[in-house]
Amino acid sequence: MRRHGFARDALIETLHTVQEYFGYLDKPSLKFVAESLRVPLSQAYGVATFYHYFTLKPPGKHTCLVCLGTACYIKGASQLLAVAEESLSVKAGETTIDGNVSLVSARCIGSCSMAPAFIFDGETAGNVNETVLRGKLEGWKD
Amino acid sequence: MTLEELEQIASEAKAVKEKSPRELNVCVAAGCLSLHSDTIKGALEKEVQRTGANCRVRGTGCMGLCSLGPLVSSEPDGLLLKNVAESDAGEIVARLDEAPPERLRCSREQPFFQRQTSIVLENSGRVDPEKIEEYIAADGYQALLHSLTEKAPGQIVQEVSKSGLRGRGGAGYPTGLKWGTVAKTVGVTKYVICNADEGDPGAFMDRSVLESDPHRVLEGMIIAGYAVGASHGYIYVRAEYPLAIKRLGIAIRESRRMGFLGSQICNTKFSFDIEIRIGGGAFVCGEETALIASIEGRRGAPRPRPPFPAQSGLWDMPTLINNVETYANIPTILRRGGEWYASLGSKKSKGTKVFALCGKVKNVGLIEVPMGMTLREIIFEIGGGVPEGHTFKAVQTGGPSGGCIPGQFLDLPVDYESLKEVGSIMGSGGMIVMDDSACMVNVARYFMEFCMSESCGKCIPCRAGTAQMFELLTRMTCGTATPHDLELLEELCDMVSSTSLCGLGQSAPNPVLSTLRYFRDEYTEHIVQKRCRAGVCECGRFAEVSA
Repeated sequence: MRRHGFARDALIETLHTVQEYFGYLDKPSLKFVAESLRVPLSQAYGVATFYHYFTLKPPGKHTCLVCLGTACYIKGASQLLAVAEESLSVKAGETTIDGNVSLVSARCIGSCSMAPAFIFDGETAGNVNETVLRGKLEGWKD
Repeated sequence: MTLEELEQIASEAKAVKEKSPRELNVCVAAGCLSLHSDTIKGALEKEVQRTGANCRVRGTGCMGLCSLGPLVSSEPDGLLLKNVAESDAGEIVARLDEAPPERLRCSREQPFFQRQTSIVLENSGRVDPEKIEEYIAADGYQALLHSLTEKAPGQIVQEVSKSGLRGRGGAGYPTGLKWGTVAKTVGVTKYVICNADEGDPGAFMDRSVLESDPHRVLEGMIIAGYAVGASHGYIYVRAEYPLAIKRLGIAIRESRRMGFLGSQICNTKFSFDIEIRIGGGAFVCGEETALIASIEGRRGAPRPRPPFPAQSGLWDMPTLINNVETYANIPTILRRGGEWYASLGSKKSKGTKVFALCGKVKNVGLIEVPMGMTLREIIFEIGGGVPEGHTFKAVQTGGPSGGCIPGQFLDLPVDYESLKEVGSIMGSGGMIVMDDSACMVNVARYFMEFCMSESCGKCIPCRAGTAQMFELLTRMTCGTATPHDLELLEELCDMVSSTSLCGLGQSAPNPVLSTLRYFRDEYTEHIVQKRCRAGVCECGRFAEVSA
């Protein structure tokens, strides 16, 4: 916040920083940011819920991100998402009950040349098929 | 910084190159990087050190043919190596003076490379994006220095108008005209914004440009700032592009160090600085008024125009807002002249356009072609056609705002007008090829789902209309639709497109309208026979079981 001179318009920047450090935006941190930047809490909450990038729930230990961009979709990403959902027994956007894996879907990660693309814990993987996906998810179970 | 100093830096960088002309360039843009090209670069460096070979190993930007990555090019012979693995490092360095092994060789003689014309991508894959000296050695920042010292702002606007450059974000508004409007508008401060919120699924042009040649975009923005009289610039980048953000950050720092950004640039009275703003993953923020709201730290909801941002934009000040690719064209236009640029392309659409060619096509990657090239040339010559065993069905351009173009229009020249005529748009440059395994009703549903969840919710036609259309399309794909639903769908398309507030809603029905126009029989099959010929939809599976 200091870097942006406590400017009100730096709300999104500040929330990015908070999420980077804590993994998600919880109520106390949202409140703290809103008070420090002198913006209404409603605006901070509105911004945090408007943008898909922000999450108000703590993420799992591992994250499996499925790209659902057009190129990936044409190459069968939605079937792969169904596989992941079935294997983890959660829906996209949820975290397994044990807090181990979060399954997230994205609009497009711009790796269309390697469709279908996934991001496993921050590492992009291209040309993913069912075997690779199942293997990766199994590997996280321990 | 003076012109002499600039030339000094350029010649120093060239001297380094001459001293050891052998180079191995490893692509470290997002595509190849995710195939671990950084470890390949490390392995090559180690190998060069071990053998003491007179060769430099560099990391460069995208070389275009992403589907054969990781790519490595060797200079000065210009050979291209494909599908390189870490274990190949030894062999590559050992055989520097001979031909590389057959399995790695990738011909530059193929149409994919031969048919392209590079302006925006001219340095892509050739310079190290993290070193400003390399950009300067490739004639970088020359256009800026010449503009600042020799030209009046009005002359620059004139030159850009002469080039016939049109907005590369998709709508195709003449860039010179936009610059002229902002330049004429009176304001205490003016702003220049670069729209790098590349939200279209299936498009990665801006990402590649920012990762491969960020200084080109900065130079274009600084020149724009001088031309319209702005003092501050913002680049709005998607949070999904961490590498582009990182490289832009480095580029801005380097540029400040060299005195191309900051106060009194190149000893003139002109001062300008650029800040990065990171988006939050909202497609609607690609719309200019929503983007401005987002920079101001608010929810990205669009507002009615006029007033246009050129009159009242960021903090109610005159604001120039252009796409990444538009700015990337500027340095070359000013270096080589507007007339030269206007000699490229078709009658109404000048210059070149970068496309992200992907989907069911052999050569997936980033291409730049002159405007007016036909779809057939792009997909079948450059792209190498659809993989064996399948036939071409349609090509989708313009993302969720565009449409699907069927086979009968393959000989259509690609420019703003002709694409619009067949019910699609140029868009930012995503080109997704679909073969017979794609169901057009399902594709329309996919895009509608996209628009529905990306709608900001401010105006009702878009918020409610997209949800209703999605519902109707879902019924068709599930095999529960009636012929009346098709009528309803068409009516809704018309209503949503004519009454929505911003571009998102106005263009949301486009994928439906274009598929209805060319693939109506598929819709009727889904509704009447409950059959999906591509076997994608549920109704198809249901029919198979009962048969």
